[in-house]
Amino acid sequence: MTILGVSGLTKRFGANTVIAGIDLDVKKGERIAVLGASGSGKSTLLRCLNFMEMPDAGTIALDGKVIGRRESELTLVRQRIGMVFQQFNLFPHMTALGNVMEGLRTVRRMSKPDARARAERELARVGLADKAAHYPAHLSGGQKQRVAIARALAMDPELLLFDEPTSALDPELVGEVLGVIRALAEEGRTMLLVTHELGFAYHVATRVIFLADGTIHEQGTPDEVLKHPRRERTQAFLARHKEFSL
Amino acid sequence: MAYQWDFTPVFANADLLAQGLVNTLKVTGVSLACGLVLGLGFALMRLSRQRLVSWPAGFVIEVFRTTPPLVQLFWFFFALPLIVGIEMTPLLAAVVTFSIQSAAFFAEVFRAGIVSVERGQWDGARAIGMTHGQALRRIVLPQAVKRMIPAFMERAIELMKTTTLVATIAYADLLFAANEIAQKTFRPLETFTVVALIYFVVITAFSLAARQLERRLAVSGESTVH
Repeated sequence: MTILGVSGLTKRFGANTVIAGIDLDVKKGERIAVLGASGSGKSTLLRCLNFMEMPDAGTIALDGKVIGRRESELTLVRQRIGMVFQQFNLFPHMTALGNVMEGLRTVRRMSKPDARARAERELARVGLADKAAHYPAHLSGGQKQRVAIARALAMDPELLLFDEPTSALDPELVGEVLGVIRALAEEGRTMLLVTHELGFAYHVATRVIFLADGTIHEQGTPDEVLKHPRRERTQAFLARHKEFSL
Repeated sequence: MAYQWDFTPVFANADLLAQGLVNTLKVTGVSLACGLVLGLGFALMRLSRQRLVSWPAGFVIEVFRTTPPLVQLFWFFFALPLIVGIEMTPLLAAVVTFSIQSAAFFAEVFRAGIVSVERGQWDGARAIGMTHGQALRRIVLPQAVKRMIPAFMERAIELMKTTTLVATIAYADLLFAANEIAQKTFRPLETFTVVALIYFVVITAFSLAARQLERRLAVSGESTVH
């Protein structure tokens, strides 16, 4: 069953076309790793999917219904598509618990006790029940990113977008975040993941997409794309990332 | 012969000074409160992408930031009745003038504060389904306001001193009272020294309170106090 249907997606920044007509169907339970050199449009593609960036052309359909551009519609869509950012984007003036409660309180208008209970469950799920009262400034990068994941999960998204979730982390903190994402994968959640962690993509993704020049250059199973790439640019990209182990 | 300082005639008129102080605080307080609300409005208008909204706000802000406050006050008090027949009491004219004037300054402080909040904060807020207004109110403004406190303080102090101009339209503020006392007692040096002390004490107390507030707000580790 297709959750998200993308057709002819195009995004320009000035004269620069970053996404040049991408078609993509995301099926329920799929875990898609999006790879590509920097500037290939990976992050922009992800940011267009929940309209953090407004596409210049093309359509995006959620559950078969094409998404319009009115703010009231977009806020509903964004509740159904969770997003985790490279820079976490936690709210520094709120505690970890406050960050996770915020969407439930302000957007869902949930009562305080209900929101608190739900937020505590989400923090426990990412292993941070004991950090609920901490402000982001007092958390490590890995903990911040896990709070950000809990914040996204609290909204019950049908689809999760991860935009280089470990790129801003010290190497020793990458594992704890990938562990949480892997656990979500094992629950059968649908997700799109922009990453440079090729080994993780190989083991967790059900499909790998390689972007070049704002188009899908090659796609297939992790085995096809990462072990037996057919296109030259995919091969060159993987050669540059040789140090990874599959 | 050395000048003989004598403060007793000044203290004998303490009630006049007290009334003047109350009036000064009234003009300052009301103008500050209105200026803050109006200033936020101007700032949001100026940040709007619609030129029809941002340009008028920009125009008002620039006019009130660049013209002398005394002229603004005269204009509201003397010119407005002539042009559109709106008569204002000295208090109302003072409050209107200083509200708009401080709003013009606060608008720039608000705007700078809002712009200083990282784009990622808007992203984080929108990603969980917040509207623009919710993101502004819950996420961006609380962080912006914290960073704006020092600039607000500066303006508030400036405003309290600028309100001395209301004496020129015969509103009985602290300086107006001082003038009267000085003329009555022939002790201008003593009178104005006492008045300066009153300003010093009130404004210092105000500053300390604000710094305390800043410190309390700094709990989250994001602070303007070092």
